[in-house]
Amino acid sequence: MSWLLPVLVAGPLLGAAITLVFGRRLMPQRITTLSIVAGTAAGALALLAHVDGEGMVTAQMGGWPAPLGITLVADRFSAIVLSVSALMLVAVLVYAMAQLGRDAIDWWFHTKYLTLTAGVTLSLLTGDLFNLFVGFEVMLVSSYVLLTVRSTQREIRSTMSYVVINLLASALFLVTIAFTYGISATMNLADLSVRLAEVDPAASRTLSLLMLVVFGIKAALFPLFMWLPDSYPTAPTPVTAIFAGLLTKVGVFVIIRTQTLLFPADEPSGLLLFVAGTTMTVGVLGAIAQNDVKRILSFHIVSQIGYMIMGLGLLSIAGLAAAVLYITHHIIVKTGLFLVAGVVEAEYGSGGLDRTGGLLHRRPVVAALFLPFALSLAGIPPFSGFVAKLALVQEGLALGQGAIVAVSLAVSVLTLFSMTKIWGATFWGEEKEASGRAGRPELATTGVVLALSLAVAATAGPLGELSLRAAADLMDPAVYVSAVLGGS
Amino acid sequence: MKPQRDSAILDAGITVASGPILVFSLFLLAAGHNQPGGGFAGGLVAGVAVLLAWAGGGTELVRRIVPLRSSALMGAGLLVATLTALAPLVLGMGFLESGYVEVAVPAIGDVKLVSAVLFDIGVYLLVVGMSLGLVRALGESEPSEGEGST
Repeated sequence: MSWLLPVLVAGPLLGAAITLVFGRRLMPQRITTLSIVAGTAAGALALLAHVDGEGMVTAQMGGWPAPLGITLVADRFSAIVLSVSALMLVAVLVYAMAQLGRDAIDWWFHTKYLTLTAGVTLSLLTGDLFNLFVGFEVMLVSSYVLLTVRSTQREIRSTMSYVVINLLASALFLVTIAFTYGISATMNLADLSVRLAEVDPAASRTLSLLMLVVFGIKAALFPLFMWLPDSYPTAPTPVTAIFAGLLTKVGVFVIIRTQTLLFPADEPSGLLLFVAGTTMTVGVLGAIAQNDVKRILSFHIVSQIGYMIMGLGLLSIAGLAAAVLYITHHIIVKTGLFLVAGVVEAEYGSGGLDRTGGLLHRRPVVAALFLPFALSLAGIPPFSGFVAKLALVQEGLALGQGAIVAVSLAVSVLTLFSMTKIWGATFWGEEKEASGRAGRPELATTGVVLALSLAVAATAGPLGELSLRAAADLMDPAVYVSAVLGGS
Repeated sequence: MKPQRDSAILDAGITVASGPILVFSLFLLAAGHNQPGGGFAGGLVAGVAVLLAWAGGGTELVRRIVPLRSSALMGAGLLVATLTALAPLVLGMGFLESGYVEVAVPAIGDVKLVSAVLFDIGVYLLVVGMSLGLVRALGESEPSEGEGST
């Protein structure tokens, strides 16, 4: 199975090469992109089944043994996140193809989408710190282009902060890599895990904090989130949807990976819980103050990241399992909500709350798509958000972390409030003049994403057990280390 | 868009310099396996030749010398590179693993042919394509067919 890991990374790059050769010819580009992304999703699911049944898979690049060569690793955690991400990449691609021409999605889109896919798979699968930097850069450079490609003044301006802050984070990442290498003389994450256990605790704590800041910028943690709500809403809907679903979550994934593997601890971290609580609160308060569907949803990305970090901050198997479940639920729901926002914009030409209204009567189907996503985001039963939040709250109480549990429940109520704000202004109220009509394919794709989200809720039992197994691996770095370095 | 001033010295200099620059870029490409150089460095040096051609004759001249879309060149490069990286998997080796054969060439001696050179050639094409696209995108007031955002 180890051949599959490099194929999942190189496949999308091969696809990008093919789309470049085809130039502006749209049909071959679409066929290439769709088959490659769908193939990636199928591969990711096969990988998940294999990893869950038979344990971790590793592959060594260029045939060089670990820790000398670059390692690609898939454990349950990365396979879960990769599978959900790849499914969303397929859904958003179909949505983008349906929107072709209208939302400025054109021939240039496919190559960048494929390199973005390659960046995401590489970031999730790599077992090497420097290679992780490469994966992030591939992902980010694609995202810079996707954000600015419409090149209106407003977009360039709002993307400026995104590019500048991410470049700064990348520079800091390089500095952190240099420090890490200076201390440990290795880049292999498994080898690092072994060596960092032997260095001065002060040095190891510094590295832990540096990595938290670097990946915290990528994941939009408080107080490093300001770039996000400004840059995401201006891009075309499919671009915003996939960024909202995936990019920050890759940051969260790496935070969880590095903190559990390199700096193992087994009691709740006050710092992480504090960051989690403030991220939740500030994000949701920001959302309440907004007056545009996409801007409200963008602030909610920040708020929801807090829940995932809360699961990590509890630093117990059940806590991490809840975080894994939360990431799974969130990637799907957030992507879906932005797709609905795209439909609203297609109807009214804008997502401004003052320019929309009465959509419930005109297009009840859009309301039916929005409502379950919104309730799920707020954590109302029986939707997937409830399952994930329940797991977090239970474990928080079990560990006696009442404060963060109280914050998370209060934020849920505020989340519900801001969702009713969208509901009240866009779906209820007097009918506003509509300027267009969302097509059937867009609605159908959003429906498929909704079905996936409901499936997460329906299979909460098995999924919960799977994430418990994934979390048990995370809490025991020896599993990862022996899989990569071979029984040391 | 052609740079404004015509200069005989510049034109002559470019003609003289371009050839050695391109040869040097190929040398870097071939030397890269065991010495400093490689596809990336070689491609950048070749990019300098492209830039010189632009300085002398504008995008028109560049288009005459390399009558290809820059995206096609980049695509071909990436295609060669990824296929070279994936090929060892089919042969049951590791991703990106390099194989080699030693051939005795009359009058030169033993030559070691390494499959990693193919990867470097891919990178070389990719970088040349990039500099071509750069010159066309920045050196032209109106973006032309097939360029823009590639």
